[in-house]
Amino acid sequence: MSKIIKYVFYDIVKNRIVLAYTLFLLLLSIGLFNLGGSPDKALLSLLNLVLLTVPLISIVFATTHFYNSYEFIELLVAQPINRKKIFMSEYLGVACSLSGAFVLGVGVPVLVFGASTTGLYLVLTGVFITFIFVAMAFLASVITRDKAKGIGIALLLWFYFALIYDGIVLFILYSFADYPLEKATLALTALNPIDLGRIIVLLNLDVSALMGYTGALYKSILGSLWGIGLAFGLLLLWIIVPVMGSRRIFSRRDL
Amino acid sequence: MITIENLRKSYGKLQVLNDVSVTFDAGKVVSVIGPNGAGKTTVSKCILGMVLPDSGDIRINGESVLNKHAYRSQIGYMPQIGKYPENMKIRQVIEMIRDIRKDVKEVDEELIGLYGLKDMYDKRMGSLSGGTKQKVSAALAFMFNPQILILDEPTAGLDPISAEILKSKILKEKKKGKLILITSHIMSEVEEVADEVLCLVDGQVKFHETIKSIKAQANEERLSRAIAKIMNGED
Repeated sequence: MSKIIKYVFYDIVKNRIVLAYTLFLLLLSIGLFNLGGSPDKALLSLLNLVLLTVPLISIVFATTHFYNSYEFIELLVAQPINRKKIFMSEYLGVACSLSGAFVLGVGVPVLVFGASTTGLYLVLTGVFITFIFVAMAFLASVITRDKAKGIGIALLLWFYFALIYDGIVLFILYSFADYPLEKATLALTALNPIDLGRIIVLLNLDVSALMGYTGALYKSILGSLWGIGLAFGLLLLWIIVPVMGSRRIFSRRDL
Repeated sequence: MITIENLRKSYGKLQVLNDVSVTFDAGKVVSVIGPNGAGKTTVSKCILGMVLPDSGDIRINGESVLNKHAYRSQIGYMPQIGKYPENMKIRQVIEMIRDIRKDVKEVDEELIGLYGLKDMYDKRMGSLSGGTKQKVSAALAFMFNPQILILDEPTAGLDPISAEILKSKILKEKKKGKLILITSHIMSEVEEVADEVLCLVDGQVKFHETIKSIKAQANEERLSRAIAKIMNGED
């Protein structure tokens, strides 16, 4: 399996997009840290930008990569290799190279300019989000053979999790404002990995004091080590479910 | 060596294979013929596990191969249209496959030499002509000394000299006791290399006989006529 990952890596490194992505993140983080203000402020701005761009780039890049490596996959399935292994190698190859780009582009500046627990959580969240959205991209790619359709599904997923979902949550909160919704919002958060990541980082910044009752509840649950563990556990679940689902579909499909 | 039992496969509403049962023995060259869309490629892809049949079984040396992968080390496959990663060079593709198949000690590089692929090692796969891609496919199929060779229209797209090289390679491997399955439309070629002919029509086995008995049945000297006669005679 490591052999196949090696060739997937080669292919991605030759492709300049990952390099451009690294540079983009690097410029973004260095710029934000040097814009003045406290490192905490910079982390907050960085968090918002990261949670918007990382899922988008991960999901679009991974989907196009999957369709472009169809020939590679076809070449390998005629060899004595388990299909699941081919799939997992593709997944790990893409997810690890994008995470590597993220750690270089965001992790290094954070370490240099604002090393803190919050910074660590930001980097961890970014890595998890990368793995999650690459998994969703692969799910979108195995569902349909049509490249345009696959990318369409991938973009819809991004739209849903990055933009639409928050709208729905706000709508629910607004409509049911008379009821105690603290627990419900907590559950709603778990259903969106981007929100989950945002809250993990936010709660470690002082701004969480501004979030009212819900914020207090979040803080009481997620502020503890146990809660952070739970949140990362949920993120892990967000990786495993789509990966296993798409692996299953891939191994039972005609090529 | 290969036993196929009641194989069925449909793509949506289209029934591609309808109850195909057939046995192939080692040391034979079997030619699979039939009109376009008769299911020839689907049969070979089923044997390779690239297409998963709806029902039925495929056994190689008595063992079912459905949902397995290790058995593919015994199979060399040459696809109808070779698809390769466009950015890789010929050298990288060959080295990659060899790297993956490191367990094989004896590597057969005869076709690489005969086709002069070494001179083209640094060309990108995307820039190769269809015929050159076919040569790479052929070289890869024969490289690891497989017991079974599945060649899907191997000479389509090859120039006459290269086709001749391939044919003599096929006969050479047959003498080593290998089973070779060839799908082809060119009857003269079938007559030249094959021992048996399997004819598929609309996803069903029309006949599976030796070339001799086909000619005897139809009372014709030429195989193409004999087959045409059998097909028309029954309609």
